[in-house]
Amino acid sequence: MEVNEVFDKVKSLFEEELGIDSEKITMDAKLEEDLEIDSLGIVEVVMAFEDEFEIEIDDEELTDVGTVGQAVNLLHSKL
Amino acid sequence: MTKQRVVVTGLGTINPLGNNVIDTWNNLTSGISGIDHITLFDASDLPVTFAGEVKNFDANEYMGKQNARKLDRSGHLSIFAAEEAIQDAGFDLSKPLGEDFGIVFGTGIGGIGATEDAVRVYDERGSTRISPLAITQLMPNSSTGQVAIKYGIQGPSLTITTACAASANAIGEAKRMIEQNIVDKVLVGGTESGTTSMTIGAFAQIKALSKQNDEPQKACKPFDKNRDGFVMAEGSTVLILESESSAKDRDAKVYGYISGYGSSTDAYHITAPSEGGVGALRAMEQAISNADISNENIDYINAHGTSTPANDLNETLAIKSLMNDYAYEVNISSTKSMTGHLLGGGGAFEAMASLLSMKNNQIPPTINLNDLDEDCDLNYTANHSVDKNIDHVMSNSFGFGGHNAVLIFSKE
Repeated sequence: MEVNEVFDKVKSLFEEELGIDSEKITMDAKLEEDLEIDSLGIVEVVMAFEDEFEIEIDDEELTDVGTVGQAVNLLHSKL
Repeated sequence: MTKQRVVVTGLGTINPLGNNVIDTWNNLTSGISGIDHITLFDASDLPVTFAGEVKNFDANEYMGKQNARKLDRSGHLSIFAAEEAIQDAGFDLSKPLGEDFGIVFGTGIGGIGATEDAVRVYDERGSTRISPLAITQLMPNSSTGQVAIKYGIQGPSLTITTACAASANAIGEAKRMIEQNIVDKVLVGGTESGTTSMTIGAFAQIKALSKQNDEPQKACKPFDKNRDGFVMAEGSTVLILESESSAKDRDAKVYGYISGYGSSTDAYHITAPSEGGVGALRAMEQAISNADISNENIDYINAHGTSTPANDLNETLAIKSLMNDYAYEVNISSTKSMTGHLLGGGGAFEAMASLLSMKNNQIPPTINLNDLDEDCDLNYTANHSVDKNIDHVMSNSFGFGGHNAVLIFSKE
């Protein structure tokens, strides 16, 4: 799967599952500041990724994930 | 320090009769039922297929999906009712209410719908798929915390879970906070959304619910010979309580005084009222004494009146023990005949009904009262509202666990 395809899937997950406005969701968008995803929301995001991409994500892998782009790259590397 | 008198300066509500105070009051005094067949989920397998649901409310539309997901329906309703109450009291919604504001919420079963959903996910998909929002949706203090966050309430907070007496106790405890000069304004609410499959199923198992599925609007008939149980309902009502001096300082509109509060425990049975309603009677006596009035000053009793055989009989007996001959004169009514039973949200709703009754000098009826139980022989304001000068109202709320909370509202 190409990076842009992963982004499209992430974007639709954020929109449909979390109710985030689509125009806010860009590769540069910060999860906490721009998308208002708090610590509880991050757990949901990870669960949604795991279900959507059929992967498992460890907590340690998330330490450097602060933007949509970083999340997309992490997912891309695991596929 | 002088003891502060407590007034109500704001009201807000969302309930089976309306999504604001005015619609609710108009429907209450017109004797309209808010009860109907269940639409929130498929209830066809349940022995009870009707309830008092909130109508025309979409939480996603009201607060946006991203916010709505963080709350159980009982929380959505609390945020909505609080908005109307805060505005009604004349506060600016765009500014935090701050450290001078306390918050007390009552609920019977909190986010029970979220609990049910989380258990289903756990059973079907295991613990790692449980929503990280489950705990904060289901905890009974969810509404207290979320309403405080939304409107910036930073004073003392409490959540009271005395079942169907919860939000009457909440009002009473908030009254004490203000009287003791702990804080001069308190947002007090009651909320419940137990119109869910497991909850209705479980209440049906203990024979608490009416099973008159064919005619939902006529099922709730407090004090009637053919009553067979209460009707589950959902909703939230919020009141702004304030010291009289604070209300005067800011020239606030006043609905009336909360002049009396009584609270007692049956210590008898976990669901059945004590024989003769003696526990409830003690709470009524305390409330009247606290209001410093006599029994004959009460012009209207907003009864607990659930439409269960046991409640309505024992509440009647308690009122007779309290008032003797005057018990046969005083207007009594059960607004639950129209709303159904809001459980932990009931006390706050009925406080609102009592205050509006006093302000408008009009008593809402007990509807569906056509065939009086011979043991329930008082004046229950059957089927039609009554116009009458009202100076003092007593509102009764009793809960499983044997909790009794009684409030007195006064015009002056």
